[in-house]
Amino acid sequence: MDLRKQLEKEQMKENIPSFSIGDTLKLQTKVVEGDRVRTQSFTGVVIARKGSGLAERITLRKVSFGEGVERVFPLHSPMVEKIAVQRHGRARRAKLYYLREKVGKKARVKEKRRAES
Amino acid sequence: MIESLIGRKIGMVQLFDPQGKAVAGTVVQLGPCTVVQVKQDQPRNCKVVQLGFDEVPESKMTKPLAGHFRKAGVSPKRYLREVRADEADELEVGQQILADVFSVGQKVDVIGISKGKGFAGMVRRYGAAGGPKSHGSTSHRRIGSVGSNTWPGRVFRGKRMPGHLGHERVTVMNLEVLQVRPAENMVFVKGCVPGPCGGLVLVRRSVKQKAKKQ
Repeated sequence: MDLRKQLEKEQMKENIPSFSIGDTLKLQTKVVEGDRVRTQSFTGVVIARKGSGLAERITLRKVSFGEGVERVFPLHSPMVEKIAVQRHGRARRAKLYYLREKVGKKARVKEKRRAES
Repeated sequence: MIESLIGRKIGMVQLFDPQGKAVAGTVVQLGPCTVVQVKQDQPRNCKVVQLGFDEVPESKMTKPLAGHFRKAGVSPKRYLREVRADEADELEVGQQILADVFSVGQKVDVIGISKGKGFAGMVRRYGAAGGPKSHGSTSHRRIGSVGSNTWPGRVFRGKRMPGHLGHERVTVMNLEVLQVRPAENMVFVKGCVPGPCGGLVLVRRSVKQKAKKQ
């Protein structure tokens, strides 16, 4: 096999839940403060998913105290400890950058109704 | 131990380091190299080792080269390179050298042939600023002035001008070794390495670090 792919595969996480654009995710990330490591969580809507393989990363957007905050996370980074899907959103495009210009009610993503089985 | 090896650039990847930071580096297939000859380099007065890399069927060899390999008792190799080795006495002809001569954290120099860019102008080849793009200017990417007037009445030797760019020997110094895997004949170095993927490279212990130690 291609050595590059092999190296990437070794570091890739296998337990990433399936999610799509528009979903609300809660990430637990490691934060290093001096010599102390603690966990910080970030909850937001996935507005973009870029890259492939080990370099895949997502952009999460949330509105915090009236201020829009966006963070980019490498999905396979060891600093991202846990990924949990909180809500499935119905998005009709791959990049939800239009949310940046919307405020209030319009800045929401509709919840996806899933067929009960 | 000898600290130069022939290898092949596989390509670049981005991996995470133990601190969780993403680092971009190059995967290099290193060796296994075989010692084909040990000899004394008279003019430089030092010991030199000839290394062979990449197996190739004997039918691909010219007869003189095939004879050279047969005399050494090693299978034919595609590439032969001579490297300086003061420890040459410890080495035997036929001995295999693996990637484990390098260790993680060590600094190395990587030598390769850079990608050819063809005939390039001043802007691309030497980073000249070029002329104005508009306001009636027609001298957009021209080379500008190449000299003075009646004195000196000629263009100085070595004046930088358009010409062939790339496809030359390039040494990148002080690259950190991030991973070493003798089993896979592979090292992973931080940063980029000259040449195309699949190109031949020579990896050696960093000259600058060596000088610092003494």
